[in-house]
Amino acid sequence: MPATEKELAETIRRISGVDTRKCMKCGKCSGTCPAFGEMDIHPHKFVSMVEKGEIDELMQSKSLWTCLSCFACVERCPRNVEPARLIEAVRLAVIRRQGENYLKADQIPELLDEKLPQQAITSAFRKYSK
Amino acid sequence: MSSLHKIGVFVCWCGSNIAATVDVAAVAEAMRAEPNVVYATDYQYMCSEGGQSRIREAIKEYGLTGVVICSCSPRMHEATFRKAAQSAGLNPYMVEIANIREHCSWIHKDRMDATAKAIVLARTALAKLNLNQPLTAGESNVVKRALVIGGGIAGIQSALDIAEAGYEVDIVEKTPTIGGRMAQLDKTFPTLDCAACILTPKMVDAAQNEKITLYTYSEMESVSGFVGNFTAKIRKKARHVNEDLCTGCGLCQEKCPSRKAKNEFNMGLNTRTAIYIPFAQAIPNVPVIDTEQCIHFKTGKCGLCQMNCSAKAIDFEQQDEIIERQYGAIVVATGFRPISLERFDEFGYSQNPDVVTSLEFERIMNAAGPTKGQLVRPSDGKHPHCIVFVQCVGSRDTSGCGKPYCSKICCMYTAKHAMLVREKYPDVEVHVFYIDVRTPGKNFDEFYRRAVEQYDVDYIKGMVGKVSSHGDKLQVQGSDLIADKQIIIDADMVVLAAAIEPDPEVRKIATMLTASIDTNNFLTEAHPKLRPVESPTAGVFLSGVCQGPKDIPETVAQASAAAAKVIGLLAKDKLKRNPCVAHSDEMLCNGCSACEKVCPYGAISYMDKEFRVPGPKRTEIRRIAVVNEAVCQGCGACTVTCPSGAMDLKGFSTKQIMAEVDAICR
Repeated sequence: MPATEKELAETIRRISGVDTRKCMKCGKCSGTCPAFGEMDIHPHKFVSMVEKGEIDELMQSKSLWTCLSCFACVERCPRNVEPARLIEAVRLAVIRRQGENYLKADQIPELLDEKLPQQAITSAFRKYSK
Repeated sequence: MSSLHKIGVFVCWCGSNIAATVDVAAVAEAMRAEPNVVYATDYQYMCSEGGQSRIREAIKEYGLTGVVICSCSPRMHEATFRKAAQSAGLNPYMVEIANIREHCSWIHKDRMDATAKAIVLARTALAKLNLNQPLTAGESNVVKRALVIGGGIAGIQSALDIAEAGYEVDIVEKTPTIGGRMAQLDKTFPTLDCAACILTPKMVDAAQNEKITLYTYSEMESVSGFVGNFTAKIRKKARHVNEDLCTGCGLCQEKCPSRKAKNEFNMGLNTRTAIYIPFAQAIPNVPVIDTEQCIHFKTGKCGLCQMNCSAKAIDFEQQDEIIERQYGAIVVATGFRPISLERFDEFGYSQNPDVVTSLEFERIMNAAGPTKGQLVRPSDGKHPHCIVFVQCVGSRDTSGCGKPYCSKICCMYTAKHAMLVREKYPDVEVHVFYIDVRTPGKNFDEFYRRAVEQYDVDYIKGMVGKVSSHGDKLQVQGSDLIADKQIIIDADMVVLAAAIEPDPEVRKIATMLTASIDTNNFLTEAHPKLRPVESPTAGVFLSGVCQGPKDIPETVAQASAAAAKVIGLLAKDKLKRNPCVAHSDEMLCNGCSACEKVCPYGAISYMDKEFRVPGPKRTEIRRIAVVNEAVCQGCGACTVTCPSGAMDLKGFSTKQIMAEVDAICR
């Protein structure tokens, strides 16, 4: 049986390790985000929607694939909320649905960029075939 | 145990605070069955007059020799119940409190479990009480003189109020002048009167008051003693200028060729000479030589100041002086500083001189400041056309880079700055990034609204993500949350409302005074609501931002409150001492000195005493520990250190504590 939106929100919070209640809604994440213009749902709103459990809409959002995983929002958040981790977790929730992970293991070596941080590489691969 | 004891047990409901979770009648019932208990009852509010009279009547009617009260924490009402027992003729130290509120009803949900635990706690108190001895509190004198540490507005106000009541006060200030942070400010909210105009008369009052002695350019060296009888050592640092001879003409300052030192008073925005008076209205109006900058101290040459001083006040040979004095009470008023912004690279504070802190901006706007009050950019001296203010820089920050608390004053001073800029320079565009605008206080919100409605200050709900240089402009990128947009503003100046933190000196002072301090270095008050200006350490009082962020009106109010507490203390001729102090069993003491080393109050000394011994020698001299009961605070450090079990604490003896443990484990 597919998970309800509420269960999904719980899963997102658990796998991201993010406590969305710590957010004080200052908007520094959105103020800092270099991909802001490419996003339909902006980082601060993303956090607020996870908090409210509106995951279905987030799973449809363009932001999942335009987030650069640069972690500027994580770095500058004064409350340690880590919005990029939430985006990553929702991205995973999409990819983990059956048949949605299009990237094959043997494609990986040619795509590696050693200058990127580890987690950014991983999330870039997850976005790759979208 | 002593069957002579007749003990009464009183179980308090505390309204529903206890009774909702603990079956108070069952506790009384269980205690009635305990040995030595001759009376047990429960009542709605034991601390009320009705409750207290029940205790008094039971003591008389049953001839009680001891009382157990099952109620709130002893910190709350132990004194109340001791007084009640004493008025019925019982020794006040024959009262024991079982804390069944904070330690039981408030933290448990299950009624059965909570009731069982309450009974155990009551039995524990009973077990201790069975071994209690009546104690009598001794008395000590009160030195009728107060010490105020810190000469900002908090310290000045406390000192003036204490002096007003007729007591001598000494102010110790580490910088060369009194006045503190307030002296650096331009205007003060919400009335916009100039800080110097209202502060400097108070500084003069303090200097001229014959009851007040100022020790400027002085630091605390050590404090010993206890409430009513502190001994403080003050290091009066060498100014290298004789205060008695100097006329404050300022000629030395004019002649001094060393002009490269950062001017602390102007937050490093300009430089000062090596011999300097921090600002025109400084008190005392006597310069000080910065020996690290002075050419004479560095090379042995120069001496221009000395040659030009007609009063012969320059004294290169002057040494630090240690002053030792007795005090009855101590007020801590050590104040604050803005936090360092080195961990906030995104705002470019260290890279760009046109990104300034609010306190720096305050100096720029001040007529006596480095720009003579002209609003110009520090980088090129040009008039700015667009200024962005960023609030909450390092405040409400749990990421580890800043401070978790709200600094409280920033919303108001930012509104003030924005308004003053718009008033003086209507051509300047002003934007304020805010997370929340917090303006509780009389005429405070009206003040902020005036900035928006009357002065057209653009308040943007959101935070700045980064500030970068583009040519001679500062590109400010931030979010506008209401519009759900990311905005970019080309600004000429950026002003950061940096969080404030207690002056780091306070840690040293707190250690000296054994006054407790929290994780943010704010001094802890004895009770957050009911004793807000007292430290838990008796005789130590708190004034100003050293206790928590405050604006000037609140600081002055607290300073006067602290003064009232000091006056109340100094008005007493004698103080009752805590009789729960350490004492050493001389027959067990082996003279090892371990207790003397751990005693934080210096209450333990050693003496040689002659003892009778069996055998032909008949007597021998042994070294034994002696406790000065007037100095001992009953902390118990010596009792746990003593290897031979000679040291014990009256009212908290090892035997009593073991009896409590046994009662819990029963």
